[in-house]
Amino acid sequence: MRHEVLFSGFGGQGIILSAVILGRAAAIYDKKYAVQTQVYGPEARGGASMSAVVIDDEEILYPEVSNPDIFVIMSQQGYEKYGMDSSDDAVMILDSGLVFSRPKCKNLPVPATEEAKRLTGRVIVANIIMLGAVVSSTGVVSREAIEKAVLDSVPKGTEDLNIKALNAGFELGINGGKLL
Amino acid sequence: MQGNIACAEGALAAGCNFFGGYPITPSTEVAEHMAKKMPKMGRTFIQMEDEIASISSVIGASWTGAKAMTATSGPGFSLMMENIGYAVMTETPCVIVNIQRGGPSTGQPTMSAQGDMMQCRFGSHGDFSIIALTPSTVQEMFELTVRAFNLAERFRCPVFLMSDETIGHMRERIVIPEIVETKNRKPLEKGKLPFEADSDLIPGFPVFGEGHRVHVTGLTHNAKGYPDTTNHKIHSDLVKRLVEKVESKRHEIADYDILNNDAEIVFLTYGPATRTVRQIIKDRPDLHIGHINLRIVWPFPEEVLSEFKSAKVFIIPEMNLGQISREAARHTNVPVLSLPKLGGEMHNPKELLLAMEEYL
Repeated sequence: MRHEVLFSGFGGQGIILSAVILGRAAAIYDKKYAVQTQVYGPEARGGASMSAVVIDDEEILYPEVSNPDIFVIMSQQGYEKYGMDSSDDAVMILDSGLVFSRPKCKNLPVPATEEAKRLTGRVIVANIIMLGAVVSSTGVVSREAIEKAVLDSVPKGTEDLNIKALNAGFELGINGGKLL
Repeated sequence: MQGNIACAEGALAAGCNFFGGYPITPSTEVAEHMAKKMPKMGRTFIQMEDEIASISSVIGASWTGAKAMTATSGPGFSLMMENIGYAVMTETPCVIVNIQRGGPSTGQPTMSAQGDMMQCRFGSHGDFSIIALTPSTVQEMFELTVRAFNLAERFRCPVFLMSDETIGHMRERIVIPEIVETKNRKPLEKGKLPFEADSDLIPGFPVFGEGHRVHVTGLTHNAKGYPDTTNHKIHSDLVKRLVEKVESKRHEIADYDILNNDAEIVFLTYGPATRTVRQIIKDRPDLHIGHINLRIVWPFPEEVLSEFKSAKVFIIPEMNLGQISREAARHTNVPVLSLPKLGGEMHNPKELLLAMEEYL
């Protein structure tokens, strides 16, 4: 089954890295197919940054997302630019402290940035908390796969910090109930 | 892995041991990756002061026997044009990667395009022939870069990897083979003149530093390599040979795949649009769509068009205003429908289905 996952937030939150990690989890560790793309322009640095992953059991031909079924939104501006027109059967995981609107579709508010600050003192891992919540609430990739992909992708010396954030995200996602 | 990184890895696997370049969006990751890897492998990476110097360094390096490349995008590509002609005239093997962005001029640095397809073919002055490859997946970024080096070595001409921002910045899983087949240029045999072609129209290569005394010039030259700029026959024979050494082998060089060759509606694509066509073929088997995917656009493999005997139309989606459509149209009596798209995004399935409608 084809999943289209769209990430949006502001530049510096690790929106593109989140997509790279999710794609790596799917393609390398879950042995599925994945294609990762991003908006690359200057407005993506500081403005609304966007990246996307297509995950499928079959080879991915058309690589762009056209109708995302999973949204991961980490800023109000990102919501307004990419999340507002989500289809009714999509699901949205949003950073509840940074996104004030709520979509019509099923959604899971996750206090990722607050939790990152409370738990680790580092807001920089908020995207990893979001990833944990995405995985536990949608099952789009396996938990083992995302763990390995996170460890592959983060700087040396920050492994424990990131795994702690990922686990916190899992819990927040499970508590929200299954979205997919 | 990202497309641009796959290109760099392909170059390293092919034996590239000289990179001279000047970073430019959206090709920068190629240079970045080469800068990271090459010094550790004992190979040479030089960031030059601009793109004119970059292509010059590549040509110079190639004459020392190096497998040399550069990577750039539109504005840098324009600057390279003069010396691309010099590489043609001096029969210098080299690989030029162009990760295309929106032009003309500085245009859309971060957006995708295919607007340089004619520039790589005809951008430098005078008559000549080159080879241009067009990947549509990250895997092909690797494979076709290897192929580009092998073709450059064999044909002693500039070979272009004409990719685009879409494929260059996309990430996909790739498989890097343990062993990659590589080819080396034919050496100059003892007793032969340095620009004396063999029956394949290609002279052996006299590597600098291996005992040859060779004069290399962009002026029209005789078999010895010395300028002879007023003799009609020498000029005519030389230019014709430079063209024919590539064009006479174009069926051998050709690299494409075809699907449903009994179809009435046929798409011809290269680069990203290949993926969109494959998507609609998968989603709409009822429409029985024909498809030609070119992995090598230049020399244009015109024979592929005649394999579609029932074709009513060739539809050609390109991220330019129809550059290869015009080339296709001059090789067939079947109507050619150009489907241009500017602005920086690849064609989506809806656009292609809509274009088909009037032919259904």
